Amino acid sequence: MRLSEWIVPLLLCFAGLYGACRRVDVYAALTRGAEEGLGVLLRVLPSLVGLLTAVYMFRASGAAEFLGRLLAPLLSAAGIPPECAPLLLVRPVSGSGALAVGSELMERCGVDSPVGRTVAVMLGSSETTFYTVAVYCGAAGITKTRWTIPAALVADGVMFVVSALAVRLVFGG
Amino acid sequence: MAMTWVWTGMVALSLVFGAATGNLAALGAAALEGARGAVELCVSMAGVLCLWTGVMEVLSQSGLTAYLAGAFRPLLRRLLPNACRDPETLSAVSANISANLLGLGNAATPLGIRAARLMSRGGGGAASDELCLFVTLNTASIQLLPTTVAGVRAALGCQDPFDILPAVWLSSAASVTAGLLTARLLMRVWRD
Repeated sequence: MRLSEWIVPLLLCFAGLYGACRRVDVYAALTRGAEEGLGVLLRVLPSLVGLLTAVYMFRASGAAEFLGRLLAPLLSAAGIPPECAPLLLVRPVSGSGALAVGSELMERCGVDSPVGRTVAVMLGSSETTFYTVAVYCGAAGITKTRWTIPAALVADGVMFVVSALAVRLVFGG
Repeated sequence: MAMTWVWTGMVALSLVFGAATGNLAALGAAALEGARGAVELCVSMAGVLCLWTGVMEVLSQSGLTAYLAGAFRPLLRRLLPNACRDPETLSAVSANISANLLGLGNAATPLGIRAARLMSRGGGGAASDELCLFVTLNTASIQLLPTTVAGVRAALGCQDPFDILPAVWLSSAASVTAGLLTARLLMRVWRD
């Protein structure tokens, strides 16, 4: 018996019971949340169409291979699989774009491949830096963000390197 | 605007490379294939992703977020001492952090905006050190449960979508630490 067989049924059961015990209208919350998921998909789909068109063209033209070969020494020095290069470019500027590029990489290289896992960890441990800064500072009426962006980009750089390292540590290889 | 340059750059480079390597015929087909692939990928993920966000909504309505918010107050008081003197700001900041921890990005953003607005009072358009730190922490992402990514992995056929958790925690901790250390350094040396 494997633990992973239990996760999904147990999680569903736990969420239902826990919510019901707390007098939450579980079913209404579930459908409302599902609607939110649909919202995520609707927001991702336009970027997915735009970016995958560009990514497929980029690959078919041989440019991806060239860029990969160009960046490979730099990325492999940092321990990052060269396939992740497009994700590094898109991650800080577009959340839906990063999810689009990441999903496609996971599908193509395999969700449980080292590349697929590295991509998932990178997506899971980062935010859309420029969007976050723009939204928070914009809403607060801040025009001088001072040292926010340099500090955030250092954190992003460390995150990319450590994501690849952590996947190697946890899953071996 | 940044994405405009990324996208246009990719398409333009593709054209140049396609022409140079004689792959031009494949290029148009690849563009259409990409657009179709995008919709297929989206549809194949839809069901599982929606189930997932549904379960997370049940958990957050059951009070898991509020519970976490309470646990994080002492830590936040040390990180952002000025902002946390005001109880309203403290509650917005801790709610933002706990929504982030659970991977509820949609809930975290409005809370974070409220916290940022409260923290920017009297700053005259320039961010205070604490506000810079707060935004940096938000950009570094502090997720215990990266639910969207796990949903995508599950939707793509992964048996155990949460097996990446230890790696995500390690990477998140490293990036938050790097953000904090850089913040500490820049706070001292920054000249406006």
